Amino acid sequence: MNVTKRTFDAVIVGAGGAGLRAAIQLSEAGLKTAVLSKVFPTRSHTVAAQGGVAASLGNSEEDHWHWHMYDTVKGSDWLGDQDAIEFMCKKANEVVIELEHYGMPFDRLDSGKIYQRPFGGHMSNFGEKPVRRSCAAADRTGHAMLHAMYQRNVKVNTQFFVEWMALDLIRDADGTVLGVTAMEMETGEVMILQAKATLFATGGGGRIFYSSTNAFINTGDGLGMAARAGIPLEDMEFWQFHPTGVAGAGVLITEGVRGEGGILRNSSGERFMERYAPNAKDLASRDVVSRAMATEIKEGRGCGPNKDYVQLDITHLPPETIMKRLPGIHEIALQFASIDALKEPIPVVPTAHYMMGGIPTNYSGRVVAPKGGDMSVPVPGLYAAGECACASVHGANRLGTNSLLDLLVFGKSAGESMVEDIKAMPGSHRDLPKGAADASLARLSRLESQKGGASVHETRLALQRNMQDHCGVFRFKDMLEKGVANILDIEQQVAQTEIKDKSKVWNTARMEALELDNLIEVAKATMVSANARLESRGAHVRNDCADSVEFPDGRNDKEWLKHTLWTRDGNRLEYKPVHLKPLTVDSIGLKKRAY
Amino acid sequence: MAKVKFSIYRFDPEKDEKPYMQNLEVELEPSDRKLLDVLVKIKALDDSLSFRRSCREGVCGSDALNINGTNGLACLTDISSLSQPITLRPLPGLPVVRDLIVDMTQFFKQYHSIKPYLINDEPPPETERLQSPEDREELNGLYECILCACCSTACPSFWWNPDKFVGPSGLLNAYRFIADTRDQAINERLDNLEDPYRLFRCHTIMNCVEVCPKHLNPTRAIGKIKDLMVKRAI
Ligand SMILES: Cc1cc2nc3c(=O)[nH]c(=O)nc-3n(C[C@H](O)[C@H](O)[C@H](O)COP(=O)(O)OP(=O)(O)OC[C@H]3O[C@@H](n4cnc5c(N)ncnc54)[C@H](O)[C@@H]3O)c2cc1C
Ligand code: SF4
Ligand code: SF4
Ligand code: FES
Repeated sequence: MNVTKRTFDAVIVGAGGAGLRAAIQLSEAGLKTAVLSKVFPTRSHTVAAQGGVAASLGNSEEDHWHWHMYDTVKGSDWLGDQDAIEFMCKKANEVVIELEHYGMPFDRLDSGKIYQRPFGGHMSNFGEKPVRRSCAAADRTGHAMLHAMYQRNVKVNTQFFVEWMALDLIRDADGTVLGVTAMEMETGEVMILQAKATLFATGGGGRIFYSSTNAFINTGDGLGMAARAGIPLEDMEFWQFHPTGVAGAGVLITEGVRGEGGILRNSSGERFMERYAPNAKDLASRDVVSRAMATEIKEGRGCGPNKDYVQLDITHLPPETIMKRLPGIHEIALQFASIDALKEPIPVVPTAHYMMGGIPTNYSGRVVAPKGGDMSVPVPGLYAAGECACASVHGANRLGTNSLLDLLVFGKSAGESMVEDIKAMPGSHRDLPKGAADASLARLSRLESQKGGASVHETRLALQRNMQDHCGVFRFKDMLEKGVANILDIEQQVAQTEIKDKSKVWNTARMEALELDNLIEVAKATMVSANARLESRGAHVRNDCADSVEFPDGRNDKEWLKHTLWTRDGNRLEYKPVHLKPLTVDSIGLKKRAY
Repeated sequence: MAKVKFSIYRFDPEKDEKPYMQNLEVELEPSDRKLLDVLVKIKALDDSLSFRRSCREGVCGSDALNINGTNGLACLTDISSLSQPITLRPLPGLPVVRDLIVDMTQFFKQYHSIKPYLINDEPPPETERLQSPEDREELNGLYECILCACCSTACPSFWWNPDKFVGPSGLLNAYRFIADTRDQAINERLDNLEDPYRLFRCHTIMNCVEVCPKHLNPTRAIGKIKDLMVKRAI
């Protein structure tokens, strides 16, 4: 089959925060760029972010990027790379100010400066007490930010391919990345988009879990494409469970609620976080709060007829504060829990939320993979930023508001790297390998002719249940082993899914089947990596690796202070060292994590 | 649990000569709260039903539909609030691509026509541009628009002149920039709308206000633009 080809300087897959930020860089440099998205850009899931974006602007009280860096390293349970973390925290003010200049409607202080609120794990003076660092637009920060960045792209004339789904990465025999194959959803047409630089900004894959704060489209496509092209995935055992998803619905209630004074209570009305984190209390790091909640529920102190949730109480806050700073939350509680949050507490449970792992990159946004003994060699032509990437700034646990920052900083730096690398490559594009689209066409024709296979819906459900039951907030040795065996079975089903709809036009059944090919890669990487890591660190907590004198909180720095790299071929695992050396300051030394 | 009756607009240009309404019944479970939950369930039984969706919490603007004759978001519509048979059609006034999916080109063209970005040609300061809380407050009720098109496709003036009338959503967004103290292009923006069609096709029919799932008020924004034009003329 003949596939049409179009040629660009750069292709960006994803028009969420990370993709849009990078696109501004490329458009301003005047490079011919295609930005692909499964949905209209402002429908990307960055739109759902609520609480804010971190920057040590110090608009309300003294703050410093070095304190922010300390909090991020500590939050990451020392698995974050300190060079990348320093880079991000130092750049935060610049990228947030830029965003304001693009028109982002931040809330304001009386001084006219950007409003900042406290957020979990963000402290002043190296962990002393909570600090106001989260720059916010009410509880709609992501919406305000995504729209502002889309608007800026309209201004600089970025070319979008809206409702186009990237299918596979194209690499030549040397491993150089030459673009992607993609499908136009309206027509079903497959095309090759050839480029000198390709950026993945495809967002998270939270849909591997049954209960998740993520959108339907968050299926980890960038990770699936990378894995199928032989690129390893880093630290996939680390998933953040957000403490406050609406019980039963999964919809997020921002930590900003606790930043504004909200309190978590158990069935007896006790503010139980005082027992688990005497200092930071309800504003301890997310993994800590989620585990405390899960423990309360496990020990019978949950609320409701089934004692299966706890309560988030804001009834003591002035109604004006709620309606001004948290209007979206009031609406969500009404819509998804039938509760007036001014009068009643909101039922919440820890819910799968954020993927700390992803496609390995360095802090310039270049994708890196092992080659000939060196664990971090750039893959020519490939870049990644945002939730799909692992720089790694979040390590074993991300701090709230650091992800919107991550996508600004690394979206920008990836864009800059692409501009730099493209300019260093004058002349024509490298030749595409023969049959560059064959892998994608094979996937499509398999779906076209498959008979008697499993339904996409059932298979996806089995995958999601498996992850939820075997790889949750607390992990158990036998469950992990079982989860690995199950997911390998489910992989067989995924290879044989059947769709009834064969239309070329807006075939959402086909899209969901193609997305499932990506979900399964994310799920396998997660299960296999989690089963192998024999310690507790950050969001990864195993019952057989508990608190001891030798290993406080179950963390084993002697053997496990290292990043996991999972490769699809044979489910192979390798490990690479954590960058403990920052760019300019002293390394933040290993310590027991307490809040 | 109860069974619910549906009547759903179906059209696949590859195989249907013309659109038809498909009648079906679905068994509900207690967890099926929103219309979108039930649509997902229907799709599990018949994978050919096509509709857009993403966030499932009313912030992305993907799943606007005509529900029992009124535009709204499937993910924010309580299934229990709807009379049966629940009749689902694509948004009115835009070309249908397939089933519940419309071609939004015209809608976004109008959005883009109002220059939806901050214009300020002064070199930006080192820090943020200052804005008082009161000035920032002016943007409330405007910046929250999710571009779902519920309003514009409920507006008779937009149905008749989708190419010439900016429509409630575009006008609300135009006012979002006019009202922003950081923007310097008020005159240019008003010029852009001073036209018998672009703004003045609005006859204050208010359909837009009734359907906006974010409780925004395009009519008020339109009124404010009209006021500014009058003020500018004298
Ligand atoms: C409910 C919620 C609230 C949050 N609140 C906060 C917060 O307050 N602060 C914070 O810092 N972080 C927050 N986060 C995390 C943060 O919002 C996300 O990590 C971040 O927005 C991800 O941005 P992104 O650009 O990487 O991806 P996304 O915004 O998810 O964008 C992904 C893009 O890739 C496109 N895409 C995907 N696959 C394909 C494909 N195959 N082909 C073409 N295009 C494709 C999509 O269409 C989309 O445009 C929150 C997350 C959630 C879920
Ligand atoms: S008030 Fe104006 S914009 Fe709104 S529906 Fe009526 S005519 Fe349309
Ligand atoms: S004004 Fe309301 S109805 Fe209209 S597009 Fe915006 S959010 Fe949708
Ligand atoms: S699915 Fe996003 S608004 Fe309904």
